[in-house]
Amino acid sequence: MAETTVQDVVVKEPTLPFGKKEKKLLTDPLTDNNPITIQVLGICSALAVTTQVFPSLVISVAVVFVCAFSSLFTSLLRNNIPKQVRMIVQLVIIATLVTVVELVLKAFSFEVYKQLSVFIGLIITNCIVMGRLEAFALANKPWRSFLDGIGNGLGYGLILIAVAFFRELFGKGTLFTGSPAELNIIGKSNEATSFMINTAAESGIGSWFSWYSNNNLMVLPAAAMFLIGIFIWIQRSRNPKLVDIS
Amino acid sequence: MEFFNIFMKSAFYENMVLAYFLGMCSFLAVSKTVKTAFGLGLAVIFVLAVTMPVNWLINEYLLGENGIFGTDLTFLRFILFIGVIASMVQLVEMVIEKVSPSLYNSLGIFLPLITVNCAILGGSLFMVSREYNLSETVAFGLGGGFGWFLAIIALAAIREKIRYSNVPPALRGLGMAFILTGLMGMAFLSLMGIDPSIYVAK
Repeated sequence: MAETTVQDVVVKEPTLPFGKKEKKLLTDPLTDNNPITIQVLGICSALAVTTQVFPSLVISVAVVFVCAFSSLFTSLLRNNIPKQVRMIVQLVIIATLVTVVELVLKAFSFEVYKQLSVFIGLIITNCIVMGRLEAFALANKPWRSFLDGIGNGLGYGLILIAVAFFRELFGKGTLFTGSPAELNIIGKSNEATSFMINTAAESGIGSWFSWYSNNNLMVLPAAAMFLIGIFIWIQRSRNPKLVDIS
Repeated sequence: MEFFNIFMKSAFYENMVLAYFLGMCSFLAVSKTVKTAFGLGLAVIFVLAVTMPVNWLINEYLLGENGIFGTDLTFLRFILFIGVIASMVQLVEMVIEKVSPSLYNSLGIFLPLITVNCAILGGSLFMVSREYNLSETVAFGLGGGFGWFLAIIALAAIREKIRYSNVPPALRGLGMAFILTGLMGMAFLSLMGIDPSIYVAK
């Protein structure tokens, strides 16, 4: 008898915890089903933080966390939520998770918390979270919803950090301001980078950047829109299937 | 004066959409024709103007240390704010369905989505972080709603025209909407000169 049960387990093996489909759930939102450039979700809350890389990184991590766990919890509860009040139930789940994020940031990284201020709370109304709950978590099993949440959070973070990278580099001449790995490439230098710049100047490399003065357009909110517009342009001209006809 | 000042500020050069990217999802999705944009804009003005004073009262008298519970309950802020907004949107939805069924049909899914329109929650959170009083809150709600309305109508009008232009295929639709929003944001920045407080400070 014991042998048959073992065989049953073996037969069920195609549903591995991490098979091809699950991998697709994670990687698809990074490219062909990106929440920002394709699904047009979640442009709202966080683009104002993309003037610098480090805050965008923090927001991305927070969104991955909220997205993954709200998907998980909604999916666990999905058979018990009445249809009429599902939005409110989802909002309560999301709001609770965001409150957790806010309190954690307040306790462990107050500087970042002050800098992001309102935008932490706005993760609640980030359409990615809500959109994925409606489109995926309400109809799928917990583990897959969890992966879908992580994937979409990562796809969002990818665009966010890409935008922030260009804006901070060209707008302020720095990278990762506020984090331990702070880099000043142009402009005022701190100890670590002035050493780099001095050695570079001695070997003649430093003069490469001296002609460049900061581009204030990149600090304006408008620059983020242009950058995303250009990302969409590049992505769609590489993959004409994604072009919308309207 | 302060009332007028905040109204102008939130409506024009600190426009919710063009300076803070709040309410982008519905802004980009519903701005295909002027007519639907108009309806959604009105709904946003109404919801903002009503929820912000209500949220101010809740924040002041329920959650604050001087409120009726006498303890600091600010960790409940997100949940209460979003609850007020959700119920207010439900109300607007019922009114629009009764008054104008055609508008109700054309707004479709985006009416309930005002709940997750970041401009609404963002307005309430800005109100808290900037420590506005009640009259300033009313001005901010009205001005912010008006600014959102103005921006979505302008974008919808431009998108109606640009349909006849020769845009590169990969940029058509969404890509162009992003670039247009960026250009509009720059144009709105030039309204900075109407800030009366600049002259007072000098």
